[in-house]
Amino acid sequence: MKSLITKRRLLSSVVILATATVLAGCAGAGGGASTGGTVQLTLATVDNPQMKDMEQLKGTFEKENPGIKVNFVQMEEGDLRAAVTADVASGAGQYDIVTVGAYEVPQWGANGWLTDLTPALKADKSYDVGDLFPPVRDALSVKGDLYAVPFYGESSILMYNKTMFAKAGITISDHPTWQEVAADAKVLNTPDHAGICLRGKPGWGDLFAPLTTVVQTFGGSWYDNNWNAQVDSPQFADAVNFYVNLLKDAGEADPVSNSFTECLNLVNSGKVAMWYDASVAASILEDPKTSKVAGQMGYVHAPVFKTKESGWLWSWNLAIPKTTKHVDAATKFVEWATSKEYEQLVGKTLGWTRVPPGARTSTYSIPEYKKAAAAFAPITLDVMKSVNPKQPGVNPQPWVGIQYVTIPEFQDVGNQCAQFVADAIAGRSTVGDALAKCQPIAQAAGDKQKK
Amino acid sequence: MTATMQSRTTGARPRTAERRRASWVPRGLVLPALIFSILLTQIPFVVTIVFSLLNWNQLRPSEIQFNWFHNYVVVFTGPDFLPSLFSTVTITGTSVLLSLLIGLGFALLLDRKFVGRGIARTLIITPFLVMPAAAALIWKWSMLDVNVGMINYGLHLLGLPPVSWNTDFPVATIIILLTWQFTPFMMLILLAGLQSQNRDILEAASVDGAGPLRTFRWMTLPHLRQYIEIAALLGTIMLLQVFDPIAIMTKGTGGTKTLSYLLYERAFIGLNIGEAAAFGVVTVAVTMVVATLALRTLFRVFIEGNVRDA
Repeated sequence: MKSLITKRRLLSSVVILATATVLAGCAGAGGGASTGGTVQLTLATVDNPQMKDMEQLKGTFEKENPGIKVNFVQMEEGDLRAAVTADVASGAGQYDIVTVGAYEVPQWGANGWLTDLTPALKADKSYDVGDLFPPVRDALSVKGDLYAVPFYGESSILMYNKTMFAKAGITISDHPTWQEVAADAKVLNTPDHAGICLRGKPGWGDLFAPLTTVVQTFGGSWYDNNWNAQVDSPQFADAVNFYVNLLKDAGEADPVSNSFTECLNLVNSGKVAMWYDASVAASILEDPKTSKVAGQMGYVHAPVFKTKESGWLWSWNLAIPKTTKHVDAATKFVEWATSKEYEQLVGKTLGWTRVPPGARTSTYSIPEYKKAAAAFAPITLDVMKSVNPKQPGVNPQPWVGIQYVTIPEFQDVGNQCAQFVADAIAGRSTVGDALAKCQPIAQAAGDKQKK
Repeated sequence: MTATMQSRTTGARPRTAERRRASWVPRGLVLPALIFSILLTQIPFVVTIVFSLLNWNQLRPSEIQFNWFHNYVVVFTGPDFLPSLFSTVTITGTSVLLSLLIGLGFALLLDRKFVGRGIARTLIITPFLVMPAAAALIWKWSMLDVNVGMINYGLHLLGLPPVSWNTDFPVATIIILLTWQFTPFMMLILLAGLQSQNRDILEAASVDGAGPLRTFRWMTLPHLRQYIEIAALLGTIMLLQVFDPIAIMTKGTGGTKTLSYLLYERAFIGLNIGEAAAFGVVTVAVTMVVATLALRTLFRVFIEGNVRDA
């Protein structure tokens, strides 16, 4: 009898727990409605540190604009892209403001999914549109109209641990070649720390962001000027072989698990000597409150082979879907979050290293920022100005963009190919096999552009 | 109990017409629920079938049109379907088998009386209550991580080199996690089975000189058969839909692209609604065929049920 009671109690607690889980799930999905005169804005964003800062500071905006409340929905990059695309493309209207990557802005703008921000931004003199970085602004425009504003922009750089270099008795130049980096990585690869951290997590925005820049500087490209897929070209294969071998010889352990966040953890805890990734990482590594390697890191240009520069160009931007019912309130928030005042607010409350970089030219002339970000501000400015999204590789290309191809099919192509390359990284197949499987997928997407 | 049942069936026998009329009352009571569930399950399915006949890429909203069976041609001639079916069968089958075996072990242990049995039982059930995404994150970061994971720390203590689980053994990674998560479920069902066993018969067996192994093989196991079947069936149904650990840990590489993950990829990364719907329809069809065959031939619960009805 006693056991029967416990069994029943057990069962009911299971049921209660299950119901609670389901209800919690429902509560997360709703929102976005306006209640009693207050406008509730739902903002979908990537869970990067700069966005978390924005959430922390939203109170200031809400105080200045009584009647507007902003709710943040944070997601991992891949999940966000999927959720926002599904929401915007189907017109569901769940989000009032979305963070959109540089890859999607021109495509979504052309599809008519995003609100044209040009009139609102030009009307507001204090906003100073001309101050936004020109290459970033170009990447976000469709026929001269701005469909999103950059919250922060970035390129890719090589970060290295100066202490480990000194211990190994080697140095690195300001513009290293990939061959030099590979040689250094092998020297620095010890049982205590790996030589270099490179992204291996399958995904076009994970593995293929750095890998595409390597492909381009090796003379390869996804497509030639007539949209013929070039994945099976020898240059593409050389680059991927180089990347996979570098990972095998001197890379971090378990690369298929690793992307930006994982590598950041490894660098932060002194487990790797070099890291080729987004320049925005420097500001996190230099924050003495969270980083163990602050002050120990050096920063140089992205390694090259046949080109002069090979850094990528990326920005996370705020855009307003056409489906929102609160365009005015949303525009107010977008302007606030990308304004010069916001930069001052971040600097004064959270610290000057946390100011979102790469969006405004004037950021790099704020004296406090220049001082606090002395380690990485000059190189960021330098790289952001010298990259060329119109022709990043050796040969001309029919799209604007560096580490991605601005066609709707690319995320699918990049994703499937990244899975094949991950198999090659794990040694389950060869790079040749992986690229042979990738070529027809890329070609099918290229054929759609020819029409 | 048996006496009352007999008196009910052999007692006052109503005439056929009356009985038929009387049987409509319970049917009428069930009808609203039946209609509701038909609407709820079949309308989405019909819509999915319609979607599967469309050329519909979300990023090209101006090009939506019927392309009839082209999506199905892609499903059956493309390189994705068969490997994905194989992954699904491998991952589901192995996880169900392992969690059944380990669950049976735990159930046998928990069937004994000992101090702290309640606490032990609650602790063992916990993995099943953790949300799948949270479980996947726990395993990714605290258990299997190559630098700080507990499993690799354990290997290190034994003097073994760390294992890059996700890179080198993606299928095993997923199976380990699923087994961890579903063992408690299997254990609960099997424990209920064990506790419903008649102690007198077991005692009689031991008086007759049967050892614990023989008792288990010839008394307990036949008694448990129905419970094992139910546990396997429910476990398979739940594991067929598994998604979170694959999305969080392996991203579909190295033979972990199950049908549910493939569907997600086609719909949310390929943004190809038509193709995803076609994969969905084919998956449902395959599952139904397999499930029907399995139910008819393997599971005694259902076979006997049919015999009794006839």
